Amino acid sequence: MPDSALPIFLLKRMYRTMVLIRRFEEQVADRVTAGEIKTPCHLYIGQEAIATGACLALEREDYVWGGHRSHGHYLAKGGDPNTLMAEIYGKAAGCAGGRGGSMHICAPEVGLLGTVPLVAATIPLAAGAALASKMRRDRRVSVAFFGDGATEEGHFHETINLAALYRLPVLFVCENNLYASHMHILERRIADNIAEAGAAHGVPATVVDGNDVLVVYEATRAATERARQGLGPSLIECSTYRWRGHVGPSWDMDVGLKRKDELQEWLARDPIARLAEVLIGRGVGREELENVDRECLAVVEAAVKFAQDSPYPDPGEVLAHVL
Amino acid sequence: MRTLTYVQAIREAHAQLLARDPRVFVIGQGLWSPWYAGGSMQGLETEFGRDRLLDSPVSENATTGLAIGAAISGMHPIVFHPRMDFMLLAVDPVVNQAANWSYIFGGRTKAPVVIRAVVNRGGEQGAQHAQALQAMFMHVPGLKVVMPATPHDAKGLLIAAVNDGGPVLYIDDRWLYNEAGEVPEDFYSVPIGEAARRRSGRDLTIVATSVMVKECLRAAESLAERGIECEVIDLRSIKPWDERCVIESASKTGRLLVADAAWRTCGVAAEIAATVAEKAFCRLRGPIVRVTLPDAPAPSSRSLEQAYFIDATYVISAAESMLGAREE
Ligand SMILES: Cc1ncc(C[n+]2csc(CCOP(=O)(O)OP(=O)(O)O)c2C)c(N)n1
Ligand SMILES: [Mg+2]
Repeated sequence: MPDSALPIFLLKRMYRTMVLIRRFEEQVADRVTAGEIKTPCHLYIGQEAIATGACLALEREDYVWGGHRSHGHYLAKGGDPNTLMAEIYGKAAGCAGGRGGSMHICAPEVGLLGTVPLVAATIPLAAGAALASKMRRDRRVSVAFFGDGATEEGHFHETINLAALYRLPVLFVCENNLYASHMHILERRIADNIAEAGAAHGVPATVVDGNDVLVVYEATRAATERARQGLGPSLIECSTYRWRGHVGPSWDMDVGLKRKDELQEWLARDPIARLAEVLIGRGVGREELENVDRECLAVVEAAVKFAQDSPYPDPGEVLAHVL
Repeated sequence: MRTLTYVQAIREAHAQLLARDPRVFVIGQGLWSPWYAGGSMQGLETEFGRDRLLDSPVSENATTGLAIGAAISGMHPIVFHPRMDFMLLAVDPVVNQAANWSYIFGGRTKAPVVIRAVVNRGGEQGAQHAQALQAMFMHVPGLKVVMPATPHDAKGLLIAAVNDGGPVLYIDDRWLYNEAGEVPEDFYSVPIGEAARRRSGRDLTIVATSVMVKECLRAAESLAERGIECEVIDLRSIKPWDERCVIESASKTGRLLVADAAWRTCGVAAEIAATVAEKAFCRLRGPIVRVTLPDAPAPSSRSLEQAYFIDATYVISAAESMLGAREE
C-alpha cells in the first residue's frame, strides 16, 4: 500500500467505516446462523474498501445506488445501522418499513436512493439521477455500484453510452469480485476485461486495487471532479473478492476447489489489515485501532438489540405504499 | 406406479428430451450450479455435456433471443429463467418476436422455443424475488402458457411444450418441488389446453392453477367434512385453457371459485370469471369469486408475508361465504 498524503483524520474515518461494515456483516452472518434472520443476505465481507473509499470521496448530497450486496454501501454513505439491522430483521422500524429486507434498502436522507437485487437495474437509474442533477445544475454526482456480473446485462452497455453521450455526472463503480454466484468470470466472458467497455463508449476507465481503500478513494475523487466539471461519466473497476458465499454466512467452498486457494490469497489482502498498517506507519497506536474495533462492535450490538426489540409491521398494513 | 417428486419429474423430462432429440438444448443461468435450479437440472450437465447445457452470463435478454433464433432455424431450445422476475429482462424477444413470428411471416417459419420460468417466492425475499406473472403472458396471442401442478404434469407438459411447434412458456413453482406423485417412466405428453378434474363434487366448482391446486384440494377435503362437496379443476394450461371443462362443471354446480396465487387485476382468475359469466351466466346461482394475491408487491417481513400469501384457509372461507355456511 502506498504512503498516503491524505490527512490522518480521513484515514481514521476510512478505518472506522470499514471496521463497522465488517463487524456489521459478521453479526448478520451469526444471526442468520442462529436462525433469527431469514431474509437472504449477500455479505460484503472482503469488499469493504470499495464502498468506503468511494463513499468517503463523495458529498452527503451525492447519490448512491446499489444491488443485492449493499449493506456496505448503506453504511459507508452514512445510513443508520439501527434501521438497516431492523430492516434485515423485518421490523417496522427498518429503513424500508420491513417491506424490503436485506435486498431492498434505502437511506434517502444520506443520498442512498435505493438498492435492488435485479442485477444491473440501478445502473440506468443512477444515470437518470445524474441527468436530473445536470438539468437542475445542482452539482451532485450519482454513483452506481454493481458487480462484474452486472456488466453482462444490456443495461450496462446501453447506459454507459447514454451517459457518455449526455455527459452525465455519473460514476460507474464495478466491484469485480470474480464471481457471479457460482460462475467464475472466465466462464462468462472471454477475458477479464470489463474496463475495456469504457473506451468503446468514450468513457474513461481505470482498474484499481479494490482492496486498497486509498486508491479507491483517489480514483473516485478524480472521477467526481471530472463529473462536477461537466466532463461526463467515468468507469472505475475495482478488483476484489468476496470472502463468504454468494448468499448467506457460509464460505461457499462448493463452487470448486480453485476457490479455496484463491480465498487464501485474498484473505492475505484484507483491506482492513492493510489500512491498519498504513495508520500504524503514520504513528497511530494499535490500542487506538483496537478501540475503534470495540466501538464498532458496540454500535453493531446495539443495532441488533434495537432490531430484536422492535415490533414487526402490522399485517393490516400490507397494502400501504402500493401507490 | 413409480413415485417421483415434482422437481425430479422436471429433471427426468429434460433428460429424456435431451437423450431423444439432438435439437433440444438448454440455455440459462444456474445450469451448472449445485443449488440454483433447485435440483431440477442436477447432473444433466455431466450427462449431456456443457455444449447442450449452456450456463450463461447474466444476460436474460440475449440468451432468450439466442434460443428463439436457434428455434426459428430448426432447434428445440429450452431457455431457463431461475426466477420469473428475471425473465422480465427478456420480454421483448418473447412477446415481440417469438409470439408474433408464425403470424408475421404467414406461417412460413415458426419459433418452437420453450421458455421455462420458475416462480420462487417467500422466505422474506421481497418484491423482486416473488412474482408470478402468468397473466401478463396469457394476454399475448401466439404464446402458450402452461403451469403444471403435479409431478405427472410437470414431466408431461414439458415434453408437450418442446414438441408443440410454437413458443410455450412453462412456469413451475418452487413451492411444489417436494410434492410427490406417480410419474410414468415412459416419454409421454400431457396435451396443452386440457384441464384435469382432481376431485368431483356437486356444490361448488373450484378452478385452480399451479400451487393453488394443492391448496384447493386441502380446502375441499376440509369443506367435505362439513358437507360441502367441491369439484376441483386443475387448469394445467392457462393459454389455451379448457373452457369446455370449466363451463361444464360450473354449469353443474352453479357456483364458481377461481384460485390463482398471483395479482388480482387482469389476472388468470379474472379471465376465467369473465368467460364463464359471458357463456354460462344463466347457469350460475351466485357471483363468481376470485381468490388471489392482493394487488401489491410481495413484502419481505414475515408478518407481512403472512398477510400477503394465500393458502387453503382463504379458499375455505371464500367457499363458506359463497354457500352461506360460514356459521353453522
Ligand atoms: C436480472 C437478474 N438476473 C439474475 C439474477 C440472479 N443473481 C443474483 S446475484 C447474481 C450474481 C451477480 O453477480 P455480480 O454482479 O458479480 O455481483 P456479486 O454477487 O458478485 O456481488 C445473479 C446472477 C438477478 N438477481 N437479477
Ligand atoms: Mg461478482
